[in-house]
Amino acid sequence: MEATSTCPSYSARDYKSEVKPVWCPGCGDYSVLGSITKALAELSIPPESVALVSGIGCSSRLPAYTNVFGFHGVHGRALPIATGIKVSRPELTVIASGGDGDGFSIGGNHFMHACRRNVDMTYIVMDNEVYGMTKGQASPTTAPDWEKSKLTPQGTGINPFHPLVIALAAGANFIARGFSGDQNGTAQLITEAIRHPGFSFVQLLSPCVTFRPEQRDWKDMVHPAAVDPTDDPARAARRLMTDDGFNVGVLYRGSRKPFQPERQASVDSVADLEKEFVL
Amino acid sequence: MTARSVSITFAGSGGAGVMTAGNMLLDAAGRAGWYAYMTRSSGAQIRGGEAAAMMRLSTSPVQSHDDHFDVLVAIDWQNVGRFSAEIPMTTDGLVLGDPDGGEFPEQIGAKGARSADIPFKKMAKEIEGGRPNMIALGAVAGLVGLPEDAVLGVVRDSLAKKGEAARTASEASVRAGMAFAAGLPACPRLAAAEGQSERLWSITGNEAAGLGAVRGGIRFVAAYPITPGTEVLEWLAPNLAKLGGVLVQAEDELASINQIIGASYAGVPSLTATSGPGLALMTESLGLAVASETPITVVNVMRGGPSTGIPVKSEQSDLNIALYGLHGDAPHLVVAPNSLADCAFSTQWAVHLADSLQTAAIVLSDQSLGQSRATIAPPADPGLRAIRLMPEGEAAERYRRYTNTASGVSPMAVPGMKGYQYTADGLEHNEYGTPSSAAADHSAQLDKRLRKLAAHDYGQHWADIEGDGDIAVLTWGSTTGPVREALERFRASGGRARLVSIRLISPVRPEQLAAALAGVSRVLVVEQSHGAQFHRYLRAHYDLPGSVRAFHRPGPLPIRPNEIFRQLADWS
Repeated sequence: MEATSTCPSYSARDYKSEVKPVWCPGCGDYSVLGSITKALAELSIPPESVALVSGIGCSSRLPAYTNVFGFHGVHGRALPIATGIKVSRPELTVIASGGDGDGFSIGGNHFMHACRRNVDMTYIVMDNEVYGMTKGQASPTTAPDWEKSKLTPQGTGINPFHPLVIALAAGANFIARGFSGDQNGTAQLITEAIRHPGFSFVQLLSPCVTFRPEQRDWKDMVHPAAVDPTDDPARAARRLMTDDGFNVGVLYRGSRKPFQPERQASVDSVADLEKEFVL
Repeated sequence: MTARSVSITFAGSGGAGVMTAGNMLLDAAGRAGWYAYMTRSSGAQIRGGEAAAMMRLSTSPVQSHDDHFDVLVAIDWQNVGRFSAEIPMTTDGLVLGDPDGGEFPEQIGAKGARSADIPFKKMAKEIEGGRPNMIALGAVAGLVGLPEDAVLGVVRDSLAKKGEAARTASEASVRAGMAFAAGLPACPRLAAAEGQSERLWSITGNEAAGLGAVRGGIRFVAAYPITPGTEVLEWLAPNLAKLGGVLVQAEDELASINQIIGASYAGVPSLTATSGPGLALMTESLGLAVASETPITVVNVMRGGPSTGIPVKSEQSDLNIALYGLHGDAPHLVVAPNSLADCAFSTQWAVHLADSLQTAAIVLSDQSLGQSRATIAPPADPGLRAIRLMPEGEAAERYRRYTNTASGVSPMAVPGMKGYQYTADGLEHNEYGTPSSAAADHSAQLDKRLRKLAAHDYGQHWADIEGDGDIAVLTWGSTTGPVREALERFRASGGRARLVSIRLISPVRPEQLAAALAGVSRVLVVEQSHGAQFHRYLRAHYDLPGSVRAFHRPGPLPIRPNEIFRQLADWS
């Protein structure tokens, strides 16, 4: 009998839907959508075997623009939904995506605990340091002196959240930073993140040209990480805390065992559990 | 003097073994063919402090307390006085205490009950390794007439792992207590047990809810601890694992409800359990389950509210938030067990309905059901399962996840089904699931989500209807127990009245209730809430015939059968 390898090949287009994005012209998220679909094609994962989960915000609109199984939930709760999917269906490839407000402010507790729990999934945050969907308010990653928001006209006066340092401290197993303007480089980061076991966190600098037009300059500010990724958390911490925030590439690779409870039945039926009640 | 029901409270300081004695008495009564029911009360201390095991033994099934207690046994008197309001007694009652057990509380003395001494400490010292609580167990067993074999059998089995010495000491203590009881003032003895054809179960309402969940097919649970819902989760943790299911402890209630939404979206029937404050945190995502049509079940074990309220005491005051807490027009299921044993059926039914109708179901249990233990006839598995309508065959065209069917229920694909990819959405959407703010899409999807619930045939389970007559008592949940008992007394006194205990709180069943109340000219509404939440709910959704009275009171004290009986008798 002739054995033929039937590993189907996919193109990025196979992962895109026909739904037209709500994003503004020039938004970095278009390119991130391209990077995600390219990464899935590179990995040759059947679209029906991928679950892509998001919360609320501009970037959280992303699942509907793909042709995988998507879930567009409520604000800040993408990670718990993704956790429920992966733990109950470990054979699926699970990706959570969203923005900096969704992930680091309203969803901050889930971010910390998802890093700590280390379920085998990938979390992609499109960070533009602003709430875009609500028309331009400061987010947890906004600089303290950004004065363009009607809500905080004198600036927030508080230092920004450092998502990569928090991710490392909380136990994320893979940490990378990318730039939406480099679609192929970002696709490569996402590919590596999906391949890496455990919780992989990818921060993508994705400019908001509407409320933060100065972010157009990011393309001139990003630069590849000068050194190879480390598996030493102490070294990674020092690097993450001292870099300029535009250092892109894989920055940390851990080797912690992913969280995946056994799903092996030891009884034949529910009736076997009832014996404990019998007097 | 024999009685069909005898009520006993064991009380004492923490570590005195009050709960152990209560559990053993319950098990012994169950083995000897009597029914038993037990609630527990404790001080605010995490460990130690005072505790009380409140028991009722009966010849017939019993899942609520009587009007008063026949016997109060205090192993010591430290702070037992603070339980006084929870231990009503008449002058016929009997208070047993140790003269060396500390100062006799004046609140207990004020009850005017008979009293007698049992020198627990002295007696225990005379037995090698003797235990005062086992002497108390023996004394109560002797007083009410439980057979020695049944008590000693339970003691032996319970202490099997503690070694020969502990077992012998406890047996000797029980025997000493039984011997001492012969010289105590008489109290009602239990009438002979009516023959049971099958062995009874000892189970709590929270365990029963867990059993109902797995019988219904729940295989994923996300958990965040909260009193008094925690034991549902603690029972499920090892038992789900045995079934090949998974329980994940979440970081908060926002995570737990979203984890179960995720697991259910992935095709695994999913549930969480919580209590009032947790339910409040979950309401936003309950709306997500409704809008995205993702089946989930949330067991809410009610406690005194608002805010942190009274975590260890029961109240039926989460009815409003369960019904109306969701923003937007969000039809969903609210199912209420009306007895400890019914926690199994109602939870299983809710799981079945949630999956059948692809929506969120809230099970409204409460502390008095959940944390009480009873011996019950084994509840048969009614066979209700979480079965979901799924698309069949290959997808011919672009999959319409939210297709507007006649029933309102649309075939739901799960990840892995090739060609059926879609995005579930909490944003209003069209039939494909694509976000839409168009008026036509909004009204079509609102209609569909309402229709699938309203048009479903819920059969006879929507309410328990018993008896006849032109007076009806309308109630729900845990107050059904005392109402049933009040109605038995009312009928025994020559009255005629019917019970309607509504299990399906939402969606409402106005036609069915109208039929159940046909010929009724007086309606008594009974509930345990300060704000008469159930009465207001009935007024909003149902036509109530004739004159209506509402008997409502907040927790923490349980509503007693006699209070309801007086309402009926005085109205006749």
